[in-house]
Amino acid sequence: MRCRVCRQPAVIDIRRHNANFCTEHFLKLCRDQVAKAIGEFDMIDPSDRVLVAVSGGKDSLALWDLLLDLGYQVDGLYLGLGIGDYSHASRDHARAFAQQRQAKLVEVDLPTDYGYDIPTGAKAARRVPCSACGLSKRHLFDRAALEGGYDVVATGHNLDDEAAVLFGNVLRWHTEYLGRQLPVLPAANGFPRKVKPLVRLGEREMAAYCVMRGIDYIVEECPMAVGNKHLGYKDALNAIEVTSPGSKHDFYFGFLSRAAERFRSQATAEQAELHPCPSCGAPTTADTCAFCRLVVRAGGQAPVPVQLSTGPR
Amino acid sequence: MKVLLRNPRREIEVSGAMQVSTLLARLDINRESVLVIRDGTLVAGDGWLGEGDDVEIRPVISGGS
Repeated sequence: MRCRVCRQPAVIDIRRHNANFCTEHFLKLCRDQVAKAIGEFDMIDPSDRVLVAVSGGKDSLALWDLLLDLGYQVDGLYLGLGIGDYSHASRDHARAFAQQRQAKLVEVDLPTDYGYDIPTGAKAARRVPCSACGLSKRHLFDRAALEGGYDVVATGHNLDDEAAVLFGNVLRWHTEYLGRQLPVLPAANGFPRKVKPLVRLGEREMAAYCVMRGIDYIVEECPMAVGNKHLGYKDALNAIEVTSPGSKHDFYFGFLSRAAERFRSQATAEQAELHPCPSCGAPTTADTCAFCRLVVRAGGQAPVPVQLSTGPR
Repeated sequence: MKVLLRNPRREIEVSGAMQVSTLLARLDINRESVLVIRDGTLVAGDGWLGEGDDVEIRPVISGGS
């Protein structure tokens, strides 16, 4: 295999591009694709202060690295989830990257700052762990961005993530979710602007980017995510991708260009019902926001070990 | 060659030199879901792996959404 650009030996093939790349030109491709996504969807202005949600995994660390290299003003936010050794290791990877790049890492710790961890919160709220985790992350990323004076929250959702979420939403026709599954959600109604600059890159590419850049990320999967629906959707899409390269890209970008607008009214209707949570001030359609309800339910509960919370979902 | 697999972490022995694509097919692993790494460097699908190599097959699929 030869690099499409320079004809030197290639180290990675990207079948949906029908192309191979050497290290130098693969890294350039990643930067170009992120710059293209940011420009195409008007994600970030050069004057913006950006807060990257950092998990210690490949996507968020690669995103932080790419945005720094593209010249944006970017700080990281790490949220400690209290998932045993996995959380400790994740935090260490995030801290090491911040130190290596001399970048600012803001840290919030669920057990210390809010009195619960994900295993305990999930059981108390009768949610699956990934649901309690996602709820906590969305709320606290928004809060940290608003309180810290950031213009935009950037997350490491890549093409595979978006295609898998789209697949799940279409399977069950969650039309209100389809209406807001966009690479940019503008600031509105108490929410900060949220952007996904990695939507043009697959997760195999993000892992390769980290290996080539020497970024030490946590390779192990979250013990609470094992067997979740999202992973099943990814497996199904990858089985299709093997025989039909480019399917994930066409599925997601076809949705954005030809279908997303049709569901916009569903999301807009929900937005109209938002009002500030009386407890924390965050926008909600309920009497009290889901995060505050989670904190109340989880408070004072006996800690749930990580291994007892895993299982089919 | 020694092959490191993840999730769960384990090591297996595979005999004979072969191309990356052959190794993945033999282990029934979807090439879209992994990277193959030798000495900290990626090895492309048509790259050859030697009998004495230490190889990592690293999954790239994350479960969060």
